[in-house]
Amino acid sequence: MKAKDMNRVLYVDLTKKDVKMEDRTDLFDNYLGGSGVAIKLLEEECPKGADPLSASNPIIFAVGPLTALYPSASKTVAMFKSPLTGNLGESHCGGRSAMAIKLAGYGAMVIKGASDIPVYLAIHGDDVKFRDASAIWGVEAQTVGRILREVEKGTGVRTIIRIGRAGEKLVRYACAVCETYRHFGRLGVGAVMGSKKLKALVISADKSVELPKAKRKEYKQVFDEIQDVVVKTDAMEKYHDLGTSGKIYDLNKIGGMAYKNLESASAPEEIARELSGENFAEKLLSRRVACSQCPVGCIHLASLREMYEPGYYFKTTTIVYDNEPIWATGFMLGLKRAEDCLRLIDTVDRVGMDVMSTGVILSWATEAYEKGIITNEHTDGLEFKWGDVQVYSDAITKIVEMQNDFYQNLARGVEHASSVYGGQDYALAFGGNEMPEYHTGIACYVNNLTGARHSHLDSAGYDLDQKLLGKEFTIEEVVEKLLEEEEWRQILSSLVVCFFARKVYTPEITLKALDAIGIENWTAEKLEDLGRVIHRAKMDFKFREGFDLSKLRIPKRIFEVPTPHGLLKEEDLRKAIEIYKAKIGRG
Amino acid sequence: MVKRLAALDENKCIGCMECMFACSRRVGRGGFDKSAISVRSAGGIERGFVIVVCRACKNPPCAKVCPTEALKERKGGGVILDEDTCIGCGFCVQACIMGAIFWDNERNKPIVCKYCGNCADYCVHDVIGLVELEADAYLVRVGD
Repeated sequence: MKAKDMNRVLYVDLTKKDVKMEDRTDLFDNYLGGSGVAIKLLEEECPKGADPLSASNPIIFAVGPLTALYPSASKTVAMFKSPLTGNLGESHCGGRSAMAIKLAGYGAMVIKGASDIPVYLAIHGDDVKFRDASAIWGVEAQTVGRILREVEKGTGVRTIIRIGRAGEKLVRYACAVCETYRHFGRLGVGAVMGSKKLKALVISADKSVELPKAKRKEYKQVFDEIQDVVVKTDAMEKYHDLGTSGKIYDLNKIGGMAYKNLESASAPEEIARELSGENFAEKLLSRRVACSQCPVGCIHLASLREMYEPGYYFKTTTIVYDNEPIWATGFMLGLKRAEDCLRLIDTVDRVGMDVMSTGVILSWATEAYEKGIITNEHTDGLEFKWGDVQVYSDAITKIVEMQNDFYQNLARGVEHASSVYGGQDYALAFGGNEMPEYHTGIACYVNNLTGARHSHLDSAGYDLDQKLLGKEFTIEEVVEKLLEEEEWRQILSSLVVCFFARKVYTPEITLKALDAIGIENWTAEKLEDLGRVIHRAKMDFKFREGFDLSKLRIPKRIFEVPTPHGLLKEEDLRKAIEIYKAKIGRG
Repeated sequence: MVKRLAALDENKCIGCMECMFACSRRVGRGGFDKSAISVRSAGGIERGFVIVVCRACKNPPCAKVCPTEALKERKGGGVILDEDTCIGCGFCVQACIMGAIFWDNERNKPIVCKYCGNCADYCVHDVIGLVELEADAYLVRVGD
């Protein structure tokens, strides 16, 4: 496979159990790969108004030109229509996924249709097989990985993307689990897989990218330059040492982190210490691992040893932790011990749900229960109480099994549940997606509301808020910076590089990296333009599917609790949205 | 002194595969189908990683089964491959119980470590490195 011949798209039709491969150089030439190519494929494949849980909703997986060629180019983009928001769905995942897709010989994969029986896809290079997954339907995500590891080939050079019970049962925020400890977490791609009766994909590499002879020296030089920067930037220290959870303590200290459904923006000192990245590392960390071709190794695995029966019966469980899962379980649900966070994260991982959405939904349910709008009749006897890890664990099981109306409604997200039972003022979803942890200022909420995925990673508003502390700024400036960031991130997620390496892949380095693998004729201006084009294409899709910036619901709670910048005002947020609208040509 | 590549401390391996990529990069490839080193999980990532690479045995079994003497014992331990003489029978792969002889499907020839240490240059966590082959090549080191 030549560096320029990486533009093949695998089309899988689950209804007809049919596959075809097509050269889509037309797309990769113009949109690089990743998000850029994925939104174009989504436009082509997803009919207007498609029911996200019907056969007509496609799932696109896309990698990019830098995948498997440069350090930290380790992510795969999944794009689909989200069953949670009913609009654009996009989720990124690392592990071995990107390397495996690329070196199996694909720039992207389009999964269409729906199978009549449970199946999994075994994609070993050009060899694509549909296999009966009836025997593993109903099996939890981790066990599915173990079983498929044994029956499929490709040890060490493959990815296993699978869903748990939550995806099968169509919990709207079900995730897809990859390599046991990584996730296509947000916006419900797991439910879309479930609706297609697609339990898993095993993809193994059997090719390599052949670089043009004239470019080999240059490629090695550019690789070394990038490797050097990756290893020496603060990213290495920041993300390898404590991992993403390294910032928890400080964020809590400045009062920028939602605690107990944003009852306040910081947890008591002893809780913050207990749930800090430092404490997790010292007490529970057992191993640090990496995505393919990323020297950073930010993935932190904890070991939890528990007695489960008298008579010295112990079990030791490995559980992955990160900043967001610790927040969503520990801070949002008022857990008091790091071990409790791990127990709950483990429960969520086994059923395969987005832990962020799960935490926000359960924290809303707890407040609603406290306020009496939810009663034991709704909860089937469960008494929701801050810090009660057993109750939350039981609730997660009930959500997946959807045994009554209440849990069925919880399985559709907090936007929906609060529209049924009330309590919208403290239902912390934006654009239909449950919020991330940040209560840092206006930028994080403009990000949540206007970002194409309603994800904190769209434009990193939380980061901007913290940079603006103690400075004077206008709302106009905030919107401008966020939009600029979101547009550039389209390039990063089209290459596709991990956002943790965003400081490494500057426009200048990106151009060098592309040039050294024979992808020429790009300029900084062209990249900047493309970022805007991809972003607008995503917004066009959103508007096509009924998105309306003027009708965004903003939960009142966020105006009642001070941020590090003080209390926010709704009129300021509304103004920011109007500015944003005008800037993207929708004013 | 003759050197060989060794796993110095597998416990520090994060499974980034940079060594595998580095090995194929020598021949202008992105990927690892030309790589003489492999890293895989020891049965689930939580158990850590196994590094498979030629440990440069003395009296190497792979060379002993080579019908054309394409694989010759290197002085001090390990093997050297003469590609022109190799007929691609694959006996060497079967003879290596470490699984350290890989296969080039394009050229139908074995891929054997050349002990150049390029992979180790990219291991930022000091998991692998070149070590001097001592008189007793059977010496078992930590992580071997």
